[in-house]
Amino acid sequence: MKPAAPKTDTGKPRLTTSAMIASIASEGQRTKPAPFGHALVELAKEDGSIVGMTADLGKYTDLHIFAQAFPDRYYQMGMAEQLLFGAASGLAAEGFTPVATTYAVFASRRAYDFIHQTIAEEDRNVKIACALPGLTSGYGPSHQATEDLALFRAMPNMVVIDPCDAHEIEQVVPAMVRHRGPVYMRLLRGQVPLVLDEYGYSFELGKAKLLRDGYEVLFISSGIMTMRALEAAKALVSDRIDAGVLHVPTIKPLDAATILACCAKPGRLVVVAENHTVNGGLGEAVAGLLMREGVHPAFRMIGLPDEFLAAGALPTLHDRYGISTEALCARVKGWLK
Amino acid sequence: MRTAPLGHNVSLERRAWNIRRHAILMGEVQGQGYIAQALDVADILATAYFHAMRYRPDDPAWEGRDRFLLSNGHYAIALYAALIEAGIIPEEELETYGSDESRLPMSGMASYTPGMEMSGGSLGLGLSIAVGKCLGLKRKGSDSRVYTLFSDGELDEGSVWEAIMSAAHYKLDNLIAIVDVNNQQADGPSTTVMGFEPLKEKLDAFGWFVQRIDGNDLAAVRTAFDAAKAQHGQGKPSMIIADTLMGKGVPFLEAREKNHFIRVEAHEWRLALDALDERKPS
Repeated sequence: MKPAAPKTDTGKPRLTTSAMIASIASEGQRTKPAPFGHALVELAKEDGSIVGMTADLGKYTDLHIFAQAFPDRYYQMGMAEQLLFGAASGLAAEGFTPVATTYAVFASRRAYDFIHQTIAEEDRNVKIACALPGLTSGYGPSHQATEDLALFRAMPNMVVIDPCDAHEIEQVVPAMVRHRGPVYMRLLRGQVPLVLDEYGYSFELGKAKLLRDGYEVLFISSGIMTMRALEAAKALVSDRIDAGVLHVPTIKPLDAATILACCAKPGRLVVVAENHTVNGGLGEAVAGLLMREGVHPAFRMIGLPDEFLAAGALPTLHDRYGISTEALCARVKGWLK
Repeated sequence: MRTAPLGHNVSLERRAWNIRRHAILMGEVQGQGYIAQALDVADILATAYFHAMRYRPDDPAWEGRDRFLLSNGHYAIALYAALIEAGIIPEEELETYGSDESRLPMSGMASYTPGMEMSGGSLGLGLSIAVGKCLGLKRKGSDSRVYTLFSDGELDEGSVWEAIMSAAHYKLDNLIAIVDVNNQQADGPSTTVMGFEPLKEKLDAFGWFVQRIDGNDLAAVRTAFDAAKAQHGQGKPSMIIADTLMGKGVPFLEAREKNHFIRVEAHEWRLALDALDERKPS
């Protein structure tokens, strides 16, 4: 959807593209700074095997916090993602626990074979944490990692995590390091929204958690879409629609038992919401599970379209591609009519 | 039946000859394999395993070992031959080469074979892994070295140059890389597929300690390995550019038209063994 020559008389204010690393927090939302970097520093105080690695994106993945705390345990590999992951494999083979960061586009697209062969196939204990997941940058497809979950889901041995907020990221960091083997986690950096602490939530690797129950609709979501689904569920109350939210931060291995149990409740519309292309992500993972197990609720998917997305301001893009809170509410109301 | 006794007092010439013989026997099992490449790197592998490297045949994962990374995984037949000669893999296993359930698959993989440190074959991976291993060994205060063998065709891969830059940046003087320049890759002579010369000058400029040798001259190979090992503590990674002859040691294969897969007819495996036997060193 490429724009034609600009119109000057649309009557609507035109938003400008936010900074590449702008926070995805909405105005006035509670946030926490650099939860990934701070959690990693806390963990590394106790676990001397942890080393930090990046490909010229330390500051943009909050790994600079670790670099400041442990300068001699930090490896700057230059703007070279293939080298980054190959070297991470080598360090892991020597007994270290490399936590390697870059943008999700570069890990999933540029370095895929290196991760596949040197980390996943060799089953090396490397933790991959990647910023700008899905549509969290207005810079266009070069920076929008809309296929990362599909690609890493397809990779044997790889655990895939899509955390929602700062509260969860703080818990994902120690959990993924405790897990022996390769992990890919989507990373939110900078001022990260703080949401799940209000739900008494705690992260467990491989576990989906029901954050809110509802009779008519069940959102199944991961990452920032859980935040959106919770907002949508609150907003739908005024339309007398009772919506629940099942948060599925571990995309692989999928918590089949919890998802099946929640979807087996009769009469409920299941809506999977993901910050990812509709191809091969959480939506199709859940759909496949339900088909295989013979559980057949009314089922809808909200995700990014199978196209190269536009550049622009994130609020505009989230509205346009249907992953804003307002868009979620509108779609659900349309489906329930 | 072993072709040579394990232990000492076996010449490097004989080790290289044994490695060639193991490789031809494996090639015969499958009726295929990168035999011409195995023959060309036999002298390098013999020198690595019987002159340069520290390892324990009965404990391939021994922490104090030197690491050997085979980046060009399709040369596995050559490394298996060396691992057999080194006593890390029993000689009987060469009969399983490339067969179902074998520990010796056609392309080398870390989880299959004792002594195989990485899964190669997707070309251009080895040097990057080597960089990580060298960083790790230095972190641990280990004096072990990392050896990595790769092919001239891999010089086309950008990742190789990423790793070359980083090894110099991190002063990885515990790294000894050997590039097999047999001037043959999948689509033809490496120098015409994508020119990489002048290779020594390029690598000099990248900050490596570089030696270019005849990779089939055992004395020269041994001297080069010694000089590379002496770089430990000097702050530079080492590259040995080894010009080699495909099919080395079997004259009719040396003379055969050059191809990625050298043609070997079914009856010629025996002829290759005969030709090798005629040149058996003491």
